[in-house]
Order: sequence, then C-alpha cells, then structure tokens
Amino acid sequence: MKKEFKVIAELLPNNIRVLDVGCGDGSLMDLLIKEKNIEARGLEIKEEHVKKCIYKGLSVIEGNAETELNQFPDQSFDYVILSQTLQAFYSPEKVLKDLLRVGKCAIVSIPNFGYWKVRTSLLLFGKMPVTKTLPYSWHNTPNLHMCTIKDMYNFCAAKDIKIDKILGLNGDRTSQIKKNNLEIKNLFSKIGIFVLS
Amino acid sequence: MESIKKLNISKSLLLDCKQTVKDFPLAYETYGKLNENKDNAILVFHALTGDQFVTGLNPITKKEGWWGTAVGPGKAIDTDKYFVICANVIGGCMGSWGPKEVDKKTNEPYGLNFPVITIRDIVRAQETLLDYLGVEKLLCATGGSMGGMQTLQFCATFPNRTYSAMPIACSTSHSAQNIALNELARQAVMADPVWDKGKYIKKNVQPKNGLAVARMVGHISYLSEKGMQEKFGRKLQERGDYDFSFNADFQVESYLRHQGFAFVERFDANSILYITRAMDYFDLSRQYKGGLTEAFKNQQTKFLVISFSSDWLYTTKENKDTVIALNAAGTDVSFAEIKTDKGHDSFLVDEPEFLKTIKGFIDSMHIKFKNEKRI
Repeated sequence: MKKEFKVIAELLPNNIRVLDVGCGDGSLMDLLIKEKNIEARGLEIKEEHVKKCIYKGLSVIEGNAETELNQFPDQSFDYVILSQTLQAFYSPEKVLKDLLRVGKCAIVSIPNFGYWKVRTSLLLFGKMPVTKTLPYSWHNTPNLHMCTIKDMYNFCAAKDIKIDKILGLNGDRTSQIKKNNLEIKNLFSKIGIFVLS
Repeated sequence: MESIKKLNISKSLLLDCKQTVKDFPLAYETYGKLNENKDNAILVFHALTGDQFVTGLNPITKKEGWWGTAVGPGKAIDTDKYFVICANVIGGCMGSWGPKEVDKKTNEPYGLNFPVITIRDIVRAQETLLDYLGVEKLLCATGGSMGGMQTLQFCATFPNRTYSAMPIACSTSHSAQNIALNELARQAVMADPVWDKGKYIKKNVQPKNGLAVARMVGHISYLSEKGMQEKFGRKLQERGDYDFSFNADFQVESYLRHQGFAFVERFDANSILYITRAMDYFDLSRQYKGGLTEAFKNQQTKFLVISFSSDWLYTTKENKDTVIALNAAGTDVSFAEIKTDKGHDSFLVDEPEFLKTIKGFIDSMHIKFKNEKRI
C-alpha cells in the first residue's frame, strides 16, 4: 500500500461518501471501505483498471475525468480525491473546479516538481528529471502541466480556492506545510497533498 | 409442447393500454438450483427474438440456447453455482401469452386482437414467477438489448427485488434510429400479402418473405461496419465469378438470406410486430414525471452498465446516458465499455473480455449479497 494512500485515508472522516477520480485498480477505494466504512466510487479511464475494480466488487465508472465529471451532480460527494493526476489534464483549472463542484471538499495530490532532486537534475545535468515519482522521459510523459507545491499554493490563492491543509510527503515522513515553511518544504517534499474546499 | 414449463398468471394485470388481463400463461425455464439461503437467483431477460431457453439444447428449435456463450455449467454465469430464471416475454411466441395464442373469448388465435403491450407490461407479468419460484430477492437481473431495457424497467418498477443489475447494450428510451429500424421490420411483414392484417395465423400459414426481410434488417443492425467487412468483404458465395443474376452472389447476401429464412421457422410474424412496438414505446423518463432521476430514486440496487464500442444500435453514448441518470439519482453504478468489432451482437458471441467482466461482477456481487444476508 502506498504511503500516500494511508495519509489520505487518515485525512478522511468515517462513514462519508467519496469519489476517487482516476482510481486505478481500486486500492485506495478498498482501503477507504475497509478502514473507514466509506462509501467509495471511482472514475477511471483505463479499461483494464476498470475491470480489476469490477472483479473486486468496487463501483467504478469507465470515463475521462477531463470531460466526464459533469455526470455527477453538484455536491454529491463529501470528498473527491485526485491522486497525482492533476498535471496530466489539458485544463487542470477546469478539473479542479469540477472536483470542488462535485465534492464538498477535495484532496488533490501532486508530484512536486520543486523537489531538490528534480531541481538538481536540470541544474547540474541539464536533463529533464526522471525520478521515482516522475518516472517518464520528456517524450513519453503524460504530464502536461508539471507544478511545484508552491505553484499549487499560489494557484489556489489566485483562484480563491480555500486550502484547509497541505501535507508534504518524503518517503515515510509526512509533515504539515504552512506559509512560513513553504520554501523549505517545497524543496524537500516529493509529493504535496492539498485538502481544498 | 410438453417441454415448455408454463405458469398460469391468475393475478389480474392492468396493462399500460388500460386493458386488464388475468389467467394467462407465462412460459419459463430455469437452470441450476436455488440454494438454501436463496441468494443465488439470477433473472435473465431475453432480447427481441430470444426465448426462455437460455442455454443448452432448445427443445423446440433443437438448437443451442441463445446465451450459451455466457450461461451454463462452468460458464461466466455458472449454473453449477447460480439459479438462472428466464421467462418468454408476453407478446412472444414460445408458450407465453401472445398473438398466436387462442383468445378464450373467440376460440381463435388473437392475431391483431392481441393488445399492444409495453416493456413495463412484459416485466410486470414476470413478477409472479419470482413469487412462484420462492425468490424474494434476486442476486442479479440482467439482459442485453431489449433484455437490458427490461432490466432497467424491472429495477424502476420493483426497486428492492434485486441486489444487483446488469443492463447490457441498451438505453432508457428507444432512439429515432431504433424506432425507424423497427418500423422497417414491421413494414416488411405487413407488406407481405400472406400477412393479411395478421389473420394468416388462422389459416396456419406464415408471411415468410416479409418476416425474413424483417430479420435481415435486424441482422445488419447487430453487426458493425468493420465486423461485417472483415467477415464477408466482397467474397463470393461458392462461385468464381458473378452470376449476372439476382441470386445470392455475395457471401453477405447468402448470410442474410440464411438468417432470414431460418428465422421464419421458429418465430411468429405478429410477435415481431408486438415486441418491436413494445421496444419503441419504451421511455423510462416519460413514465416518471420527474424524469429518469425519479425512475431510479431510492434504489439500493448495484448496477453495472455495459456497452460495446462498435455497437451503433445502442451506442456507448446512450449507455453512458443511463449511467448519468443513475448517478444523478445517487445509485451505486459501475460502467464498462468493451472494445470490440462485433457490434451489438457482442453480448451473444464469445467475447472473452465481456464474459470475464460479467463473471467478475456477478461473483463479487454474490459475495457481498451473501455477507449482507448473514448480517
């Protein structure tokens, strides 16, 4: 189980309704149902992942989050989760707005392009960074809109999206990110997890 | 006709056309056994030209049942494990109350005196069968095409009668294109002079030419353009050159003629008129004043909607619209599109990805249903 999923599960209250956008094979949904008695639904674009979810008895809709979030009514979920996919959309802004329309709150995690290893790769070696969190090369990456934790922070402020909490993840370590430690955490977190409303 | 099981429906049924009927036969078949916990019953609804003989040898036509690819011992819907029920639709011609049955009032076959029925009538006529078989709550209700429409109607009309539902390649209302194709089939039947306003049935003949054309129309619509091209292309039928005639030179022509004329041996022309009409009248949002959201509200049923990428009769878009309606009503719904070239027919043929998906869904639903019953 990914550390990130455990952190997300801990952020959520029990017995709520959650939509996992880009739910993959349903590992997070499984965790939320078992540990938090959460009513979980998934939206997933990859056919083979959709089938895996169905075999597990999970509720999943095959579809594209970029164009098909409109099928969910306003505020029909307590939380909507988007794990490390925001950067892959053509219009992250539109998706983010949709998430907050469908859910009362959203948890959005991003691979942090401000992480020191990413920065040094470009600075020292002059090459596009390839890391564990960002395993793709420049020519085959699905990531269209890479950003840093600081970018996301500024973006939310500019778009009047309320940030309830930010967590930085580096391996097994989790730490809370606030305005006063943003610069340093932006350098040392591999993943940023934003709780938005 | 001893091999047809029939239940007499003594409860009166008010049809959508406002006529009340009672004491009519419903022909059905079952496969497998209902277990002690009664958590393994699956109701299968057949499509336009199907019947209650889902799998194994059809005792009337002596051919393999229409869903033998999916249902049977060790199959995706495993009859060693599940109790599968299927009834012939009313309006049909495999033993259920339909236009070729004798009207007790006149002692003659109904023909066009048979009332125009709807998908809701068809589904409501089947509820008594569940009572009779001792099934309080089904594990799953499922069917493809018109069977899928019946599935959706069943869930809307009897919200708590099934734990899960799998509507396959269908829609919540018949599209203009589908109505048009059905009209083409009906006109083909009615244009045959033998049809004689449905009275052929009293003379013990059948408007074979018209009915065969109706079936050919259907068969074209069940395949995809790509599938048809790959299967037949421009291949000639057992000849090296054109015949310079109107014989079936091409394989695709031969195929259609074969399908058309094989069909008239087992199906009643008036039944085609009545059942296609029922499909055309199907519009769930029209039935419920608040639209589709109203139709599916208070559903506890867990849905899996399945579409096929090359199906142009009931497109992925239409199936997705069903999903949107179910979502808007807050129901528990899953959706999968099977990528295939086999068109609308995909649910009837050996399509491994489809079969794996339905097996995965039903098996996982069974585990959940069992656990829920235990609590």
